[in-house]
Amino acid sequence: MEKALVLDAGKCTGCEQCEVACSMINEGASNPAKSRIKVFNFHDEGRFVPYTCTQCDDAWCMQACPVDAISVSSDTGAKMVSDALCVGCKVCTIACPFGTVNYNPASGKVIKCDLCGGDPACAKACPTGAITYTDAGATGLAKMEAWAAKTDAGQQANA
Amino acid sequence: MKHVILGAGPAGVIAAENLRKADPSANVVLVGGEDKPPYSRMAIPYVLTGKIEEQGTYLRKTDGHYDDLGIQYIQGRAAKVSPDSGKVTLEDGQALDYDRLLIATGATPITPPVPGLDLEGVHHCWTLDDAEYIAARAQKGSNVVLMGAGFIGCIILESLVERGVNLTVVEAEDRMISKMMDTTGGEMLKTWVEKQGVKLLTSTKVTSVAKDSDALKVSTDKAGDLPADLVVVSVGVRSNIDFLEGSGVQTGTGVMVNDRLETSVKGVYAAGDVAEGPDFGGGFQVHAVQPTSAEHGRIAALNMNGADVKYRGSLIMNVLDTLGLISASFGHWMGEDDMAVKMDHDHHSYTKLAFHGDHIVGALSLGRTDQIGVLRGLIQSRVKLGPWKDKLKKDPSRIAEAYVACTQK
Repeated sequence: MEKALVLDAGKCTGCEQCEVACSMINEGASNPAKSRIKVFNFHDEGRFVPYTCTQCDDAWCMQACPVDAISVSSDTGAKMVSDALCVGCKVCTIACPFGTVNYNPASGKVIKCDLCGGDPACAKACPTGAITYTDAGATGLAKMEAWAAKTDAGQQANA
Repeated sequence: MKHVILGAGPAGVIAAENLRKADPSANVVLVGGEDKPPYSRMAIPYVLTGKIEEQGTYLRKTDGHYDDLGIQYIQGRAAKVSPDSGKVTLEDGQALDYDRLLIATGATPITPPVPGLDLEGVHHCWTLDDAEYIAARAQKGSNVVLMGAGFIGCIILESLVERGVNLTVVEAEDRMISKMMDTTGGEMLKTWVEKQGVKLLTSTKVTSVAKDSDALKVSTDKAGDLPADLVVVSVGVRSNIDFLEGSGVQTGTGVMVNDRLETSVKGVYAAGDVAEGPDFGGGFQVHAVQPTSAEHGRIAALNMNGADVKYRGSLIMNVLDTLGLISASFGHWMGEDDMAVKMDHDHHSYTKLAFHGDHIVGALSLGRTDQIGVLRGLIQSRVKLGPWKDKLKKDPSRIAEAYVACTQK
């Protein structure tokens, strides 16, 4: 069974270790601004929500890419951006209704979660078990997919 | 079943692939108008800057991609469609029989009625061949006049600046990208590009282009004459629908289609930039943007293969990088009377949200890229904002928080 990142907001304490680990692994520097996972801090509710790409089936980013620079990893199912092919047009950043593909001005390419090739650094860094990498069936993925279904045509086309 | 697809842009290619996936035994013919493998016009600016080679624009990168899928890719342009006999005639006389036809012929740049636009040194920037022509003439220090600062003009603008030309942009409207940015955003963009040495003449019209010894002379109604080694014309496009005359296929701005992307003629469908299809607001529009083309291609193919899939409507959206200042627009950004605005002139940052009741129906953004896609999510999923509406009215830049708070419960 394919594994997925399971994000459990109830266990998140907002320590941001995931952001540090992600940016270290992927950008070579501790820079949460360049992390592919983001912890949202809702002060007034005392709630923290870790948030990143769900590797959704619709793959709006991949569908919208004009130069075939986003593909599905056969190992992990992750939607991967090829730096060699990405021209930096940013269409995927507006096509992804979750806002989880972002442009990196330093490289002129887009970045998104690629599950670190099957060993996600954020999950390893999370001290509270708010981020785990486990069987896809058990995740909040279903919830995200329900949202994706409402977001227009793609999901209908899968029906 | 024999499927013929006219047009090898994203809509046509995605349709061909989906037809093959849906029916391994179908006969799929993809007709492209240019002597190139299917490629992306959107990538042309990056060829001009040298960021990629021509191959980098190809829609599919694997050698033999179409052959491997059993998609017959041929070169030609449609001259006539005869639905009664199920036949398309190409300009070279070749006739193709079809059971289902997809019109995905895209658009062609407009040449406005200005004297001298037929001269050597005046060119559109639409095809790879055009790009080659422009690259040869847009050299460091060349005088270049760009007619039109719409979306496509602005994409080319950046490439021309990167090539080191002396650039003057002449735009008839009062601002840049007038279809995707309001006056405030347009002013910010103008300040930004002028700071980087681009001469931008808004509310100005080119009245004629004439030969002037070795170069060209571009005359304007308000800014006198401009010397030019190259004039790039980018004042808009029109749908490629002329060949449909007499076919019975109904056309308006583009090819009119229903919510199954079928035209007024049974068995004939349209997709992509040429299709005047359902939009998210309940009307019918030509939405010439990549995400719409991709969705059209997929849904048209399913219906051509016998399914009954309804398209819920395209949301217009655009993103543009103008010399490093990134703008984006979504949906009904012009809004009604319920708006929220945040701007910071010094940092070239601007967010505008348009509300309808408890939802966001449109948005503009300047100077931001992070999580920008949530604007699509907020609009197209019709996310109920609840208490977040007030928060967004106070600070519209909190869109990502609003999206996450409203959807991750």
